[in-house]
Amino acid sequence: MSTKPIEIQPLGEPRKPSRVNVARRRAADHLVSGLAILATLVVLAPLVAILFYLVYKGASSLNVAFFTRIPAPVGEEGGGMANAIAGSGIILVLASLMGIPIGIAAGVYLSEFGNGRFLGNAIRFTADVLNGVPSIVMGIAIYSLVVKPQHHYSAFAGGIALAIMMIPTVTRTTEEMLATVPHAIREAALGLGVPKWRTAVSISLRTASPGIITGCMLAFARVAGETAPLLFTAFGNQFWSFKLNEPIAALPLQIFVYAISPYDEWHRLAWAGALVLIALIMVSVTLVRIFANRGMLKGGS
Amino acid sequence: MGVGILVEDLNAWYGSTHTLQDINLHIPANHATALIGPSGCGKSTFVRCLNRMHETNPIARATGVVKMGDVDIYREASPVEIRRRVGMVFQRPNPFPTMSIYDNVISGLKLNGFRNRRVLDETVERSLRQAALWEEVKDDLKKKSGASLSGGQQQRMCIARALAVDPEVLLMDEPASALDPVSTSKIEDLIFQLKSQYTIVIVTHNMQQAARVAENTGFFLNGKLVEFDSTHKIFTNPRDKRTEDYITGRFG
Amino acid sequence: MRAVRPAPSSAEQSTSLAAESPSVVRNFLNSRGSGRLADASFATLMLICASTIFLIVLFIFWILIHNSHLSLVAFGWKFFTREAWDPVSGDFGALPFIYGTLMTSLLALAMAVPLALGVAIFLTELCPRPLRAPISFLSELLAAIPSVVYGLWAVFVLVPLMRDTIGPFLAKTLGWTGFFEGPNFGVGLLTASIILAIMILPIISSLTRDIMTAVPNSQREAVLALGATRWEMIRIGVLRNSRIGIVGAVMLGLGRALGETMAVTMVIGNHPDISKSLFAPGYTLASVIANEFSEATGDLYYSALIEIGLALFLVTIVVNAIARLMVWAVTRGAPSRVS
Repeated sequence: MSTKPIEIQPLGEPRKPSRVNVARRRAADHLVSGLAILATLVVLAPLVAILFYLVYKGASSLNVAFFTRIPAPVGEEGGGMANAIAGSGIILVLASLMGIPIGIAAGVYLSEFGNGRFLGNAIRFTADVLNGVPSIVMGIAIYSLVVKPQHHYSAFAGGIALAIMMIPTVTRTTEEMLATVPHAIREAALGLGVPKWRTAVSISLRTASPGIITGCMLAFARVAGETAPLLFTAFGNQFWSFKLNEPIAALPLQIFVYAISPYDEWHRLAWAGALVLIALIMVSVTLVRIFANRGMLKGGS
Repeated sequence: MGVGILVEDLNAWYGSTHTLQDINLHIPANHATALIGPSGCGKSTFVRCLNRMHETNPIARATGVVKMGDVDIYREASPVEIRRRVGMVFQRPNPFPTMSIYDNVISGLKLNGFRNRRVLDETVERSLRQAALWEEVKDDLKKKSGASLSGGQQQRMCIARALAVDPEVLLMDEPASALDPVSTSKIEDLIFQLKSQYTIVIVTHNMQQAARVAENTGFFLNGKLVEFDSTHKIFTNPRDKRTEDYITGRFG
Repeated sequence: MRAVRPAPSSAEQSTSLAAESPSVVRNFLNSRGSGRLADASFATLMLICASTIFLIVLFIFWILIHNSHLSLVAFGWKFFTREAWDPVSGDFGALPFIYGTLMTSLLALAMAVPLALGVAIFLTELCPRPLRAPISFLSELLAAIPSVVYGLWAVFVLVPLMRDTIGPFLAKTLGWTGFFEGPNFGVGLLTASIILAIMILPIISSLTRDIMTAVPNSQREAVLALGATRWEMIRIGVLRNSRIGIVGAVMLGLGRALGETMAVTMVIGNHPDISKSLFAPGYTLASVIANEFSEATGDLYYSALIEIGLALFLVTIVVNAIARLMVWAVTRGAPSRVS
């Protein structure tokens, strides 16, 4: 029963492996930090590459004709995407007119009426799920609803498809922005005998309006680049069209058609179109970012 | 111009918590009535029952009779109608952040659809004078946002906002609890001046405040009205042992 | 209506104004109605608008079932296990598209998830404060680039790169696995997976970042206090606490990848083949709709394409629902950002 082996070993032995252990843990720590930094660089690389290519290829192809002319027939030089830009504008205005009011109203319901109720949670959940439905599915559903019975593609159908895609985003942002309005402000209005609807419109919505507007711009920017839902609804058009019940050109559609075409001249136009589209979207996203950083509410306790 | 308030068998709940139990009292017209008691005793719930703000919380409910003048507010009127007759000042100043001082003061009129410009202008001046704020803000009524004022000024603006609707009753839920001593004394002066024209109910955790401004005082404890009497009587010769313990600072 | 009304005391000078106006204001306010009707109509209107979100989902579901009726009856469940896709003889099966969709999405996830985790870890735990905002801003921009622009870039930059550089390299080094065989035209499953990975990266990384930020600092400090290194702190204190949310974020990325249309259509080669080689052209559920829908002649052809849409709809709904529940479970309380 000697105590020797017992006393010496615990003092001497655990130390050695622990030193190795520390070195290994350090190495793992550095390795992971390095990998995380590397991952970030790898992820940022395509963005830089895409932006660089867009500006490089697009800027050299941009000219006045791009904004004023309609597409030239195959083989001819020149031409532009004026009709596609106008068409995108028309479809987006239609989509906003339908999607934004419904989205905001749904957001008001979630925040002011449905909070904590089962129905409210169910609608919030459905909105998030609808946000994930592929846009191409939206396209064929609207095709079956609007285009097929009418027997022709139309700007109106495109507008509906994009409106449906805007609703979940607008709803969720509206709800989140209304949630930032202090409860005390609503109480102040209710305490003055202001009816609930008037409180929701003139106090809650008005106080949250900067945030809601940026949210709407975000939704707008997102659907501005959508192509898939327009393939079978707006369809595209090589000529000017301002009629809501006829096929209409759209910038993303035109980019798609030109990108998969075999002609260099069209590829050039596709790059220019992509640059214009990206510029439009980035300006709105940047604005949203600035507003979001500044804080939605000037006052409030 | 104020009316008296008669409360009979008022009970109130938050979810399953019984926050007010069998309250009976008569609040006389054109006097200031103070409600004191430790925090959580139900005094805030009580004033919120007087203009049916209590029920804006979906889990809250109340039973009993509250008569304002001769109107039973729970049976003969809608919450909106009652709240238009009753002004309310909250614990923390809550100006509308998007509105100017002018719009804040007349918000109760504008949001209810009142449009006569001349009367609106007059009302702004009258209410701000009543709230002792007119001289400080008269030059930038429409230029400055209501939220840009100091805390004490904001609270006086909120009082002006409550007075602008020409209420019959003014409810104040610890109106000075978030303010500095100078602002507090200004607000107390104000209550002192206003109480001859309005029926004022003021909740306070500050006993000196109650003694300074109110003719009558009620003491709440654990959801019950323990004692209600003239302020002088409550502070010098309370009937109930618990009231005496509270005002002498033995608890709470 | 009012009790005894004592005359206003003349002591207060401020009453001089009050004396005349009260009746106007008070009479007006007393004359206003209860507002019950307006309130009820407003609440109903808001409820109707909110319910349209339900109705939209139900309506899409109904119209897809209604229009795919022919194909549902003709092929039944076998539709999803058959390889045939012959519009001429009217013989349709969705297996090649299911294979292409799953293959590209899973490959994309395999590439994107480690990178996204790395970015999220870098942004929440390692990144110097001044760099944090610009990098997350850049990744938000990445998420805002439209699909068709990614496709355009892929067609003119990624495809030549795959054809001339990456493809031959992979064939030389990993050709023995059998995944990198056959002719390499630059378009195919692998190229589609890469562009998908680039597209879903910002979604996964920004959601993961939110979830990791939601882990309370006390968890990190508790682990650090035990003498852990930074990596051990991240692994034990952060990743372990947020793993459900991270799985949810990955599934949201999967949902996006399954339904992604334009960029994939532009680079996948669009050929209904099931091939082991990742260089081979493929087809996905979404891209077959994009390519063939407008020229679908014949009711059965149209119906089969709609049924593919129905399958895509149901799968993405299920994936998204599970993912949302997982993300909610973690960020509960904190409002989820619009992604």
